[in-house]
Amino acid sequence: MKKIKIPTSVGNDMSIIHNINKVFDHRIRLGIMSILMVNEYADFNTLKELLGATDGNLASHTKALEKAEYIAVEKQFIGRKPNTRYSTTPLGKAEFKKHISALEKLINKQ
Amino acid sequence: MLFTIKSIYFVFQSTFIMSDQDYLKDISEIKNLMNKSSRFISLSGLSGILAGIYALVGAAVAYWLVAEYSYGRLLLDGKVFNLVLLDLFLIAFFSVVTGIFLTTRKAKKNGENFWDASSKRLLFNFLIPLATGGIYILIILNQHKYGQTAALMLIFYGLALVNASKYSIGDIRYLGFIQIALGLICALYPGYGFWLWTLGFGVMHIVYGTWMHFKYDAK
Repeated sequence: MKKIKIPTSVGNDMSIIHNINKVFDHRIRLGIMSILMVNEYADFNTLKELLGATDGNLASHTKALEKAEYIAVEKQFIGRKPNTRYSTTPLGKAEFKKHISALEKLINKQ
Repeated sequence: MLFTIKSIYFVFQSTFIMSDQDYLKDISEIKNLMNKSSRFISLSGLSGILAGIYALVGAAVAYWLVAEYSYGRLLLDGKVFNLVLLDLFLIAFFSVVTGIFLTTRKAKKNGENFWDASSKRLLFNFLIPLATGGIYILIILNQHKYGQTAALMLIFYGLALVNASKYSIGDIRYLGFIQIALGLICALYPGYGFWLWTLGFGVMHIVYGTWMHFKYDAK
């Protein structure tokens, strides 16, 4: 196949698309990451309250972020109550920053 | 081939244009959540104004007490001193009660919880320098050193505000800097302690509260 020089504008879009992260492609997941970016950690109930999500919904999204190793999960007991708290990993922080700057670029292009 | 690329480009473009509003919404939601989860923003400007007024009234009462019953001098063991302490306590008490009342009201209006993780963190970080200063002042008063009391109150209160500003509206940082500066001036000129205290706790609260009220509340 012949190589074709891609016009620069297309090239830019390609790189922006490359930085748009599919893992963050959901309101709840973006929300979880936003909260964890500015807080050392947040527990399940705090996330639930802030995001207005149901238990099952939130759990499935934290699972997805955990699987991507963007957030770390810590289970502990406060008294006799189990408590799950989440924090971002360095990888998650870096990916989220990339994602946000890609979003901003897309908006600024218009 | 070029045509294919152009049509891919077109698809990209149109996708972006279509979802541009969504991206904008995403960004504003992210900002909103970052603020909501880390900062308690429902502090009421009006409570600052009222705290300032209480401080001015309290200062006037103290001035009158000392001038009338203590020959213009404040002695540590006298009755007047205890009355001035009571006066200070009442100023603090009414300021806190008013602050809690108005802040609860504003939080309700904003749909924010008055007692949640962000307000607890704000209070905790505000109280670290404040309680340290308060205890320190009580200790040195007990050792009969009271020339620097006004300066110490201003300095520690200023530090408490600066510390708390990380967890609330950033503007209270400036009030903190002003209080610290007044406290240091006060340490240099202890003779003007009363007036600098009145300026810091009275006038500055009113100025700051008015500014906050028009910047955030009156909208």
